[in-house]
Amino acid sequence: MQTNFTEAQLQNPGIARANEILRACVHCGFCTATCPSYQVLGDELDSPRGRIYLIKDMLENNRPADEKTVTHIDRCLSCLACMTTCPSGVHYMHLVDHARAHIEKTYRRPWHDRALRWVLTLILPYPGRFRLALAGAKLASPFKRLIPGKMGAMLDLVPPRIAPPMRHDDPGVTLATGERRKRVALMTGCAQKALNPDINAATIRLLTRHGCDVVVAEGAGCCGALTHHMGKTDLSHASAAANIRAWVGEADGAGLDAIIINTSGCGTTVKDYGYMFRHDPKIAEDAARVSALTKDISEFMVELGLGQASAPKLRVAYHAACSLQHGQKVSGAPKELLRQAGFEVVEPAEAHLCCGSAGTYNLLQPQISAKLKERKVANLEAAAPQVIAAGNIGCMMQIGTATGIPVVHTAELLDWATGGPWPEALAGLDTEIIAAE
Amino acid sequence: MEMPLPSRMILDQKATLVARLAEALGADGVIHAETELRAYECDALTAYRCPPLAVVLPRSTEEVAEAVKICAAMGVPIVPRGAGTSLAGGSLPTADSVILGVARMNQVLEIDYPNRFIRVETGMTNLSVTGAVEGAGFFYAPDPSSQLACAISGNIAMNSGGAHCLKYGVTTNNLMGVKLVTAAGEIVEVGGAHLDPVGYDLLGVICGSEGQLGIVTEATLRILASPEGARPVLMGFDSSETAGACVADIIKSGVIPVAIEFMDKLCIHATEDHAHAGYPLDVEALLIVEVEGSGSEIEEQLSTIKEVANRHEPMVLRESKSEAESAAIWLGRKSAFGAMGQLGDYICLDGTVPVSELPRVLKGTADLAEKYGLQVANVFHAGDGNMHPLIIFNANAPGELEKAEALGADILRLCVDAGGCLSGEHGVGVEKRDLMEHQYAAEDLAQQMDVKDVFDPDWMFNPAKVFPLAASEGRRGA
Repeated sequence: MQTNFTEAQLQNPGIARANEILRACVHCGFCTATCPSYQVLGDELDSPRGRIYLIKDMLENNRPADEKTVTHIDRCLSCLACMTTCPSGVHYMHLVDHARAHIEKTYRRPWHDRALRWVLTLILPYPGRFRLALAGAKLASPFKRLIPGKMGAMLDLVPPRIAPPMRHDDPGVTLATGERRKRVALMTGCAQKALNPDINAATIRLLTRHGCDVVVAEGAGCCGALTHHMGKTDLSHASAAANIRAWVGEADGAGLDAIIINTSGCGTTVKDYGYMFRHDPKIAEDAARVSALTKDISEFMVELGLGQASAPKLRVAYHAACSLQHGQKVSGAPKELLRQAGFEVVEPAEAHLCCGSAGTYNLLQPQISAKLKERKVANLEAAAPQVIAAGNIGCMMQIGTATGIPVVHTAELLDWATGGPWPEALAGLDTEIIAAE
Repeated sequence: MEMPLPSRMILDQKATLVARLAEALGADGVIHAETELRAYECDALTAYRCPPLAVVLPRSTEEVAEAVKICAAMGVPIVPRGAGTSLAGGSLPTADSVILGVARMNQVLEIDYPNRFIRVETGMTNLSVTGAVEGAGFFYAPDPSSQLACAISGNIAMNSGGAHCLKYGVTTNNLMGVKLVTAAGEIVEVGGAHLDPVGYDLLGVICGSEGQLGIVTEATLRILASPEGARPVLMGFDSSETAGACVADIIKSGVIPVAIEFMDKLCIHATEDHAHAGYPLDVEALLIVEVEGSGSEIEEQLSTIKEVANRHEPMVLRESKSEAESAAIWLGRKSAFGAMGQLGDYICLDGTVPVSELPRVLKGTADLAEKYGLQVANVFHAGDGNMHPLIIFNANAPGELEKAEALGADILRLCVDAGGCLSGEHGVGVEKRDLMEHQYAAEDLAQQMDVKDVFDPDWMFNPAKVFPLAASEGRRGA
């Protein structure tokens, strides 16, 4: 596509990159077909092709973001289905990230929107604060009809059970059981730690059982995705830099074979650290190293080999998190592992479509999110599974609020099938069915 | 590209027009802010751009009719838009027109398997029509390369084809009926869920009329039982002309494959990176020939085809061995246009020639490309002689677009002179409008415009397309 940047504009590396991305787009429109917000809203402005145009116009004219442009870019889930679909290799993610940073710099949001975003950035990345907030929200939930707008919608997402703080994923090392094959760092996440400590516990058991020393590095925390997607790059880069320092410290010390991530939303961002810091000579090399070491737990388990497994013949619907299937292009590994473990794996129709969770999207865009949730759950339930498995806490929470079918992390099922305990989330499952297998 | 001057009177009435449309369709059904209109300034032919006066996104046929009536009363032209994937500028707006997009009308209305039809709103994408019936073992045959995204409305407007139309025919052969909104805002049904309408075949006039006779909001489409099996075979040749000659011989042998697709070297390399289909990278031209049927039917057809191919000494001759491999082969072909974007900007032509003329026209195209100093890639439906030369250029370099346009015009003239025509499936749109006089005599064009006069006396639908401006001047706005 033709672009109109001046030579002076192109001196800015951010603009030069945007120009490169825009030049690759041929405006064919394929991306509209798999864009969830376009499926819901039917306006090209709410599709990647429309947003690319809005961004192009804003950047070319070097104008501050306006309300309309912000509205349409805010409606993007960053699910990146468009990048899987695009035959021209347009890097939409880097373009929309750039646009979000531009919006944050040049646009003043209405006070309530600013307040909500401020609250989210102060709470979600910190497990302790988040746990407190959840407890507070639970107390408030009987009054939710009195709380208007997005704040009220947020209360719908509070899980019925709030887990107590756990110590198993505090900084330290859990040693491999049996023969030691690898030494890996586990990113323990932020919101996930507060919402569902079982996932890290299962991941650590799975890894140690397969011969890995598992390090939780001192100083590593939130990956920065949350703030990054709000365009708050100072905050996101600070989070990312802290992680990079922590993991490079480990890698240079006792050594690391991989950095394991079991929240695919975070994985997409950590794998992009190298790009994020490409122009910062102080940290660029370390950032690229971290990105290269990073693997989703399912990718890593395929490499390790699952070995002996005996799962009950449960019918598992695999929900592909967008950050995993589109963001990281990991689509086969989780299904392959679940099948190897002995589960019957089914896939829902429209598996490419986002469930509407998308980080903080369900809090910031509750209406579109709710429609996508409804569509996703209907597709999942149509596959008549006994269990739903996913590789991302956001999806698990989103889907879990709308279905009676238990939702667990893929790692929990793999842990169970290779000798771990029965996942607590499956406690309600009909034990007779399982026993009969 | 020359477009008529916008009417000052219409431009001045924008506020009133927007208010009336918003009253009828709701505020979220009308787009009128300058920043937002930009996204609707072109379709997949980005060389020509012009933001419209406004965009309306109705949710029902009734809302379409309301919008048409309001525009008609105020004398505002309407440019219908499906998914905006036209490569011919079929939905290019004018500054004084309203874009009427049917993207929000995307529901299945009726499926009747015993009688083999589906009735849909035309905002549905081509592929989602097949998606709605494939569970029951059926499919919708026309399959343009953009089938993932393109809308049935646009397929009907352009009488779209696709790779598999060699066997199944194009849209007009698979369309049974439509509901359309006329220029007066009336809702009319033509044809229906039966084989052939009684009386004049008005459906045949509407299909392929490029959105100039009415706005089609619903379509009854023929669905077919999926074949028992299908298998593509890849054939690589040392020159485009040899591949072209092989196509002509396959057709001559009497076998009718479902598809014979052609890709040249430039295209093979660009698409292989995206699809990982295992295309041979050392050949000059590649044919994808697909046959279908039962196992023994496939074997029999393939043996004839291979025998013909061997006479042309292929460098590669390889059958697909798995469903995954077949899917990858087709993914590469279907994403070829998009993937070509990695080579630069492009204009995609759509000239069609008699199959026997393929070798000569391919050679002539290569010669013209060399003369102009531009790269031309070829990827097309060879079995139908429906060529898609892609002219690669740099849109950011001054003068290159004009050069590419001139080369395109020369290639299309070559197709017409070889006994072919300007367009196989993309339609004339704005891209080939001024070449229509090379295809038709003035009298032929006048006859076609007489038809337009009957359906749309004030020439309000999809202005400045199909007919050269000079030829239509006396009728437009009459």
